[in-house]
Amino acid sequence: MLKRTALFEEHQKLGGRLIDFGGWELPVQYSGVMQEHLACRSAAGIFDVSHMGEVLVEGADAEAFLMFLITNDLSKIAIGQAQYTAMCHENGGIVDDLIIYKRAKDRFFVVVNAGNTDKDVNHILEIDKIFRKKNPNCDLRISNESHNYTQIAVQGPKAAAIVQKLTQLDLSQIKTYWFAEGQLNSGVPTFFARTGYTGEDGFELYVAWDQGPAVWRALFEAGKEEGITPCGLGARDTLRLEVKYPLYGHELSDETHPLEAGLGWVTSLTKGDFVGRAAIVQAKEAGLKRALVGLKLIERGIPRQGYAIYDVSGDRRIGEITSGTQSPSTKLAIGIAYVAKELSTVGTQVRVDIRGTKVLAEIIPTPFYKKPKETA
Amino acid sequence: MSYPTNLKYSKDHEWAKIEGNKVTVGITDHAQKALGDVVYCELPSVGRILKAGETFGVVESIKAVSDLYSPIAGKVVAANQSIVDDPAQLNQDPHGSAWMIQIETENPAALDSLMDATAYTAYTK
Repeated sequence: MLKRTALFEEHQKLGGRLIDFGGWELPVQYSGVMQEHLACRSAAGIFDVSHMGEVLVEGADAEAFLMFLITNDLSKIAIGQAQYTAMCHENGGIVDDLIIYKRAKDRFFVVVNAGNTDKDVNHILEIDKIFRKKNPNCDLRISNESHNYTQIAVQGPKAAAIVQKLTQLDLSQIKTYWFAEGQLNSGVPTFFARTGYTGEDGFELYVAWDQGPAVWRALFEAGKEEGITPCGLGARDTLRLEVKYPLYGHELSDETHPLEAGLGWVTSLTKGDFVGRAAIVQAKEAGLKRALVGLKLIERGIPRQGYAIYDVSGDRRIGEITSGTQSPSTKLAIGIAYVAKELSTVGTQVRVDIRGTKVLAEIIPTPFYKKPKETA
Repeated sequence: MSYPTNLKYSKDHEWAKIEGNKVTVGITDHAQKALGDVVYCELPSVGRILKAGETFGVVESIKAVSDLYSPIAGKVVAANQSIVDDPAQLNQDPHGSAWMIQIETENPAALDSLMDATAYTAYTK
C-alpha cells in the first residue's frame, strides 16, 4: 500500500497523474512537464513535498552530535539559518543529502529525502549510539517527525509575492537559506523557509499535516493572478537538473563520496572529526579519480541515467550519465555525468552511448540554466 | 477519445492503416498521453527491412524513453521527417499528420490479428 500525503485528494481534483515515488503515491505531472516547468521559471509553481522526511534533534548536545553526523560545519550558521549538507558512512559513501534548520541553539530541524527516510533515521540512531558511548551523559533527543508535517514548496519569481499575501510576517526580511517561524493570516502556525530545489527564489512551507489541504488551496487562490501552477515530480526533476542540484539515487549514492560528487563546498575537513572524515581525507590524498560534470549533446539524442560515456575517439569508456533530459528552458539535451578526472574540463568533447550509437557531446559550464538578471 | 475505425491497433499502442500492400504506422492517442510532451523521435531509414515486432525507432518525452515496434514485416518505404524535426506534433495529431513510417508488405493479412477500434478502446480502459 502506497503512502499518501494530506494533499492526495487535491492532486486527484487537479487531474494529477499519480505514480509510486519512493513508496509515496504522488503526481508526476498535472498539465504536462514542459508547461509546469516553464510556469515555475516565469511565474510560480506549487509542489507537494510532504513526502520529505523531518527529524527533530534537540538538547544541549544536539549541535555537537550533528557536527559529528554531517560533513558541513554547522557552527557557521546562526539561529534562523539553514544549511545544506551531506552525511556519510564511515567509508565516506553518502547516506543522504539534507537541510538542517537551526531553530534554537539546542533545537534543529533536519529534512531528508523521502525514499531515504527510514535508512536515514536508522543511520542517525546508529551514530547516536556511537556518540553516546563517547558522551555518556549527553543531553540529546532525536525524533522522527515525518508524519506530522505537510510541506509545500512555492517556487519561482512570483513565489514570494504570493506567499506574502497570506501572512503578516515580512517575508522580505528572510534571506535565501534563512527561515522564520510565524503564522498565516488564517492562524495556522507555519515554518517559512526560503529554500528550494528549483534554482528559483521561493519558499518551502511546513505546516501541521492536517492543515495541508486548506493551506494548499489558500496558496492557489492567492496565486491565481500570478499564474501559480501545480507542478509534479517530473517538473521538479527537470528544474533541479537544469541547475545541477544533485539527486540521491542519481548523482549521490552509498558508493559516491562528497568530494567527487561536487559537495566539497559542504564538506569541512577542518571542523573536527565526523563520520566518514578519515575515508574522505584518504580519497582526497590519493587524488580524485572522477568528477561530476554537466554536458550537452552536439548530435541528436537525449542522455539518460546509466548511459555509458566514452572519450572522443569512442574507444575508452570514461564514465556514465547520472541524470539527463531535454531541458525545457535551454532547449538543449543535457546531462549530469561522472567522467574520468583528466577528461572533466569544460570544452572537452566526449561520446555518449545511446542505444549503440556513440553520440558526440561536450562538457559545458553549469548550472545549465541561469536566471535572467533582475531588471530593477 | 474515439479511435478511428479505419485503423488497426497493436498491444504496444501503435496503429496501422492498410492501403493495398502499404501499411502506415504511428502511435496512438493513448500512447502520446502516457508519454507526455514528446521531445525526440528517431525513425528508420527508407529501405530498411523490418520483421514483425522488431524495434524500428524510439520516441522520448521529457521523462520517458519508449521503443517503437513494427506491427508487420516489410520494407520501410517512407519515414515522416516532419515529426523528427518537430516531435511535439505527436501530441497534437498522432493518428493523422504525425504518422511515423510506411511499410510495404507482402502479407497485409498478417494485420488481421490486431485489434479494431472497439477492442482497442476496451484494451486501454
